[in-house]
Amino acid sequence: MSFEWPWQYNFPPFFTLQPNVDTRQKQLAAWCSMVLSYCRHHKLYTLDVMEAQESPVFNNKKLERKLSMEAIQVVFEELRKKGNLEWLDKNKSRCLVMWRRPEEWGKLIYQWVSKNGMSNSVFTLYELSNGDDTEAEEFHGLEEWMLLRSLQALQADGKAEIITMDDGKGVKFF
Amino acid sequence: MDRFSWSNGLLEINETLVIQQRGVRLYDGDDKAKLDIGAALLSTHRLIWRDIKNHDCCIAIPLSQIIYFEEQAAGIGKSAKIVIHLHPASPNREPGPYQQSKYSYIKLSFKEHGQIEFYRRLTEEMTQKRWENTPVSQPISTGTGSQAGRTRAVGIVGIERKIEEKRKETDKNISEAFEDLSKLMVKAKEMVELSKSIANKIKEKQGDITEDETIRFKSYLLSMGIADPVTRETHGSGTHYHLQLARQLGDMLQAPLEERGGMMALTEVYCLVNRARGMELLSPEDLVNACKMFESLKLLLRLRVFDSGVMVVQLQSHSEEEMIASALDNVSDKGSLTAEEFAKLLGLSVLLSKERLLLAEKMGHLCRDDSVEGLRFYPNLF
Repeated sequence: MSFEWPWQYNFPPFFTLQPNVDTRQKQLAAWCSMVLSYCRHHKLYTLDVMEAQESPVFNNKKLERKLSMEAIQVVFEELRKKGNLEWLDKNKSRCLVMWRRPEEWGKLIYQWVSKNGMSNSVFTLYELSNGDDTEAEEFHGLEEWMLLRSLQALQADGKAEIITMDDGKGVKFF
Repeated sequence: MDRFSWSNGLLEINETLVIQQRGVRLYDGDDKAKLDIGAALLSTHRLIWRDIKNHDCCIAIPLSQIIYFEEQAAGIGKSAKIVIHLHPASPNREPGPYQQSKYSYIKLSFKEHGQIEFYRRLTEEMTQKRWENTPVSQPISTGTGSQAGRTRAVGIVGIERKIEEKRKETDKNISEAFEDLSKLMVKAKEMVELSKSIANKIKEKQGDITEDETIRFKSYLLSMGIADPVTRETHGSGTHYHLQLARQLGDMLQAPLEERGGMMALTEVYCLVNRARGMELLSPEDLVNACKMFESLKLLLRLRVFDSGVMVVQLQSHSEEEMIASALDNVSDKGSLTAEEFAKLLGLSVLLSKERLLLAEKMGHLCRDDSVEGLRFYPNLF
């Protein structure tokens, strides 16, 4: 199923950073939501800023409009403030996109665990993200770093504990 | 060069200045004259030359002395010249810088150009020979000339001489005052009195002062950076002048403003007003100061400054909200508009139409699309 672009994507002013403060706020909100939806749809967890410029998200070839580098940085900063983005390097060239925040993932995983009556069991991280049992779940295919964070969130909540095993990490659910 | 006589450089009654040109060096025949560069003045009666640095050094020759003259084109490193061939010196001519000369012609070398016009005017004067129709009072050849000291004043001639001397004093006064700034400080009070009296004379249009003097006086003041006091004097002090001006503008601009939808850029106003005036043009400063008074005078016009700094004059009745609402309609109608398209639609200038669109954007009614194609405005759908 191809990604459905929101109406703003075909509105030329969307690609110009608006000077009017109120208008800009609404514009940025729309951008954030669109970027996150796109990443979610394509299961993208990291973005490279240089590549992003040319990606269809920020570059609407049909409309012949694209977001300037400056504006892209503004959008990323907005995402970071909301907790959906984390820079991987000081130069701000790569970032993690958390279209679902760790807490949200954690909740999903825990729901699955409870639903299947698997509390008090131990899983390896690999099992959770790539096991046959989890194939139907949204968190299937979740990248390890994201999974780890989600579990850390659960841990903080007292719902799980991360264990270090011989060949990696695992988690016990309560 | 021995045909020239010392002169005070003042024009006689019935003598009019035709043209003057700075940066002229005189040649005695082919040799450079032992004078510096100065200004050449052509009047209906004489050819006058004055040293640009030392205004006291002034010589003149009657035009009747000229046999014929021709142009000498400029060359490499040489300025264009006019060669003037002269009759032999008359025996009773006044003393001048040269007692005798082996040449019977002189040259005017135009270091700062202007020879074409000068030549043309000289041709005119030599053709018309206006000096023959309007004889001027010849300087009295008592043998001492006007460079030397005073002579006894008797009768009408004496009164004339007294007036002339007084004028020369005035001239000298001005020259001295302008040469040395410290002297100026001392002369300042005298200058102020003098300027006041001259201004009054001009105002009352008395024949005491010739046109030439007025022009010279005004140019001196202008070169010093003092704006012309005469017009201000006539209309009263600065602010009063602006008040009057504001009223005048209020009447004058009513119709044009209505034609242009109630708003005009200040630059348009400036052009319009000065074109209408013809003479006595307004300076931009005066215009702005007058416009600032609209409100206090309760006139129907207002001076308005946009965020970008653009200044406009608009009718009091002009409502900005209406304008913005209509702008929004226009843009929505066409989907999107650039400033130029909007200007064309409304018959406004591009500058003003852009201001209006920007204002609408500021109010949140419009948003912008800035791309290589230009700046477009859309209705704010966000």
